[in-house]
Amino acid sequence: MTDDKWPHAGHRPRYDEDPVVRPFMLTGGRTRPVHDGLRIETQLVAAPAALSAPLRFESRRIVELCQRSKSLADLSAALMAPLGVVRVIVGDLLTEGYLRIEEQPDQLSTSLIERIRDRVRAL
Amino acid sequence: MSALSDTAAPPIAVKIVISGGFGVGKTTFVGAISEIEPLVTEAELTERSIGVDDTSAVSGKTTTTVALDFGRITLDDTLLLYLFGTPGQDRFAFLWDDLVDGALGAVVLVDTRRVEDSFPAIDYFEENEIPFIVAVNRFDGGQRFGLAEVRDALGVDATVPIVECDARQRESVKDVLAALTEEVLTRRLGASGPGAVARREQGPTSPASRRHP
Repeated sequence: MTDDKWPHAGHRPRYDEDPVVRPFMLTGGRTRPVHDGLRIETQLVAAPAALSAPLRFESRRIVELCQRSKSLADLSAALMAPLGVVRVIVGDLLTEGYLRIEEQPDQLSTSLIERIRDRVRAL
Repeated sequence: MSALSDTAAPPIAVKIVISGGFGVGKTTFVGAISEIEPLVTEAELTERSIGVDDTSAVSGKTTTTVALDFGRITLDDTLLLYLFGTPGQDRFAFLWDDLVDGALGAVVLVDTRRVEDSFPAIDYFEENEIPFIVAVNRFDGGQRFGLAEVRDALGVDATVPIVECDARQRESVKDVLAALTEEVLTRRLGASGPGAVARREQGPTSPASRRHP
């Protein structure tokens, strides 16, 4: 997805400065993310250059938060925005190359599950 | 906070789903062990109550906000465990696929006073072949049923573990999560081992035998 073409600047959603807006105003009215299959716990990290990118409001905040990896759920809680809204914004940031997905193992190995069990017991 | 460093291997995020009827203790369960405030919202939002605390005063309110219980536990430097509570109300069932996709497994919380409230969750996990265990949340003053009685009432396969828990107690919640990972391991080994066929022949209890009220 990093080789996706840069979308036309004019296609970015416009943001309203009024904090009281309908949530999907933040996404330009779109409720479907560009990236399907992004799980609620998938770890996202910002590209180094993203902080100096001309991003505003939620996009900017997400890029700041993702200096360390965060999930959609973490971002939703931090921004106090519904998951569906965050999912759409994150989808745009992924397409634009400002965020990337931390690669996860396709399937959890038995040894990893054993590690989870042992760590849970040790909590 | 965690010691995740920029140079460390990327963290692996694992997810467990906490399910059960409305008011069975999912929020309490997640909150007992999470290191963060357990709340995220998902919404079918058509309107938002603006600057009004008492939403009952808003006439014609069309907002539908779903609060999802959400917890995070840093297991070690490169391992994060997320807990997600499924919304208890049936009308939010459309969110389930999204929550459950890729989950390690599920915990079905049961209140013995309202056993039937957990039927939709059990049906869902059986149909989708998600490893799950049943955790009977012991409420103070509630009538106690034996775990065998609970199993009968739920109509779950004899191979599905049923444990007791107190969703308010961190140690108890921890034990439930450990029991679930144990069940995931058991199923994994069983599925590839010689016992797999025997297990399958025993089969899950047909959902038809679970009479929905």
